[in-house]
Amino acid sequence: MINAVGRDIPEELLVNGKEVYQGKFYMDGKYMQKAAPKTRRYEKPAESKIVATLVDALKQCGAKDGMTFSFHHHLRNGDYVANMVMKAAIEELGLKDLTIAATSLGEAHDPIADYIEEGKVIGIQTSGIRGRMGEVVSAGKLKTPAIIRSHGGRPRAIEAGEVHIDIAFVAAPTSDCVGNCRGIGGKSNCGSLGYAMTDAKYADHVVVVTDCLVDFPNFPASVEAIDVDAVVVVDSIGNPKKIASAAARISQNPRDLMMAENVAKVIASTPYFKEGFSFQTGVGGPSLAANLFLEKYMDARNIKMGWAIGGICGPMVELLKKGKVGKVIDVQDFDLDAVNSINQTPGHYEMSASQYANPANKGAFVNKLDFVVLAALEIDTGFNVNVLTGSDGVLRGAPGGHPDTAAGSKVCIIVTPLTRGRMATVCEKVVTVTTPGDCVDVLVTDYGIAVNPLRPDLIECLDNAGIPHVTIESLKEKAYSLVGRPDDLQWEDKVVAVLEARDGTILDVVRKIKPLEL
Amino acid sequence: MEILKSAAAGTLESSDCLVTVEPGEGITLDLSSSVMNQYGRQIKAAVLETLERLEVQNANVTVVDKGALECSLKARVECAVFRSCGASSANIPWGGAVR
Repeated sequence: MINAVGRDIPEELLVNGKEVYQGKFYMDGKYMQKAAPKTRRYEKPAESKIVATLVDALKQCGAKDGMTFSFHHHLRNGDYVANMVMKAAIEELGLKDLTIAATSLGEAHDPIADYIEEGKVIGIQTSGIRGRMGEVVSAGKLKTPAIIRSHGGRPRAIEAGEVHIDIAFVAAPTSDCVGNCRGIGGKSNCGSLGYAMTDAKYADHVVVVTDCLVDFPNFPASVEAIDVDAVVVVDSIGNPKKIASAAARISQNPRDLMMAENVAKVIASTPYFKEGFSFQTGVGGPSLAANLFLEKYMDARNIKMGWAIGGICGPMVELLKKGKVGKVIDVQDFDLDAVNSINQTPGHYEMSASQYANPANKGAFVNKLDFVVLAALEIDTGFNVNVLTGSDGVLRGAPGGHPDTAAGSKVCIIVTPLTRGRMATVCEKVVTVTTPGDCVDVLVTDYGIAVNPLRPDLIECLDNAGIPHVTIESLKEKAYSLVGRPDDLQWEDKVVAVLEARDGTILDVVRKIKPLEL
Repeated sequence: MEILKSAAAGTLESSDCLVTVEPGEGITLDLSSSVMNQYGRQIKAAVLETLERLEVQNANVTVVDKGALECSLKARVECAVFRSCGASSANIPWGGAVR
């Protein structure tokens, strides 16, 4: 069945009430029944929940074949925990037919690709997939199609019971002996633990894995002991060098700076740029640099930002410390400046993924967002964005909060160079739709700015401010004139991944790529 | 032109390609590319067309492409061929066989 972004969704996926994507806010006002976990009572007072090994923890939680384990990605590319758990479950306990429900998966998890190839891991549900995992899933080696959800779509699916987590594993930089966890105070600090919060509340069992045991009570706790079954102390939960970079540096690349300046100009031309406005930006080169130029416009107009959300990094913390933003609400930290600031700098708070972006709760932060600045691997002439598959059709990206912030915000700006190497970023039809075009408002490239025709109000703003803009079709033609018009990718029928829209409908599917034979 | 010895041009940097030509019987092309699925057909056509323009009839050609634009690709093929004939230091036919 063809959905609202023109993608053909196979009928066999439209079972158990699954629908195709029908446009943004289609589910508004509907009721949902929340699922509840089946949890064990720990009524008799115990001094400690510490068990000796991951195997002991798995046994205590009744780990068996066919279960779903969840992980969160705050340790990013430094994470050791997912690999340790899967190794203990598969190699020591001999479990099989396991499903991994992670908030994101990256190169750190390459060893798990072997378990997919061996058929021990048969399901993957995640917001991001890169490295060898992406390659083996793209090659059709996972038994069931991977399910890709946004950061808001994931807690929605958990709360609705579409993902039932048997055991959630929390990688905790610090924990006390009963499982109160924080992201700071240890040797592998990651700051916010926002993505782990929904998992801990909705999983049947919760195991905390830490490398720094601290005195009870480890408060204020991000994941609370009342939800935790067992605590395992290991030598190291991750490589601190890969968890958070020293500081996200602002790009010096003149092309990035030019695009960033144009982003700030567009923002400043709209009526939403006023005292108390709200903002989120990514950490890519031009997105991050937009902070710098935005500050100049804020100073010139003598206005302050009310609040900022998202994955947080140093430049936003700087604005907070300078008093130029009122509050920073944080679901994940990207650099040490942000890690060291959360819950320390007045006004810098932690939030859960649901509070950040879940479309099915009663009002996530993204719904109050004025501006979001995001990157894209590809954007097509319908303003549909792809941040999941490379132009070669292989899974190597992450929707993350992209679809959530785009849908919730008043102005969603995509900033990207027109071409990357021989890839046309602005193209006729994206490989995979991860953020529907009806949520995307402005495109800023190094060859010009385009405004979505669905937003005549913004076109007027740019015209009044004297900001030149062109059609997205002309940007696409410019890109093809530079790199040549690519051939269409060839696909097999087999679906390797299903891309859920944030509301739970099906936005797109990724099929197995058929390599070109010359 | 006749390929007299092995020669190469280009790099393995992103947006470039490494072209190697060697003496051979007829034309054989070994192509790998980071953009194979989208541009493989066009890259092959560009390489063969450039060889034809230079009147190369016998060569084993290896192209390792890292997303080079077509103009770069053609220039690398031309350069490799001229080097293989020892003709790359002087009297290059700019605007003639080399465009």
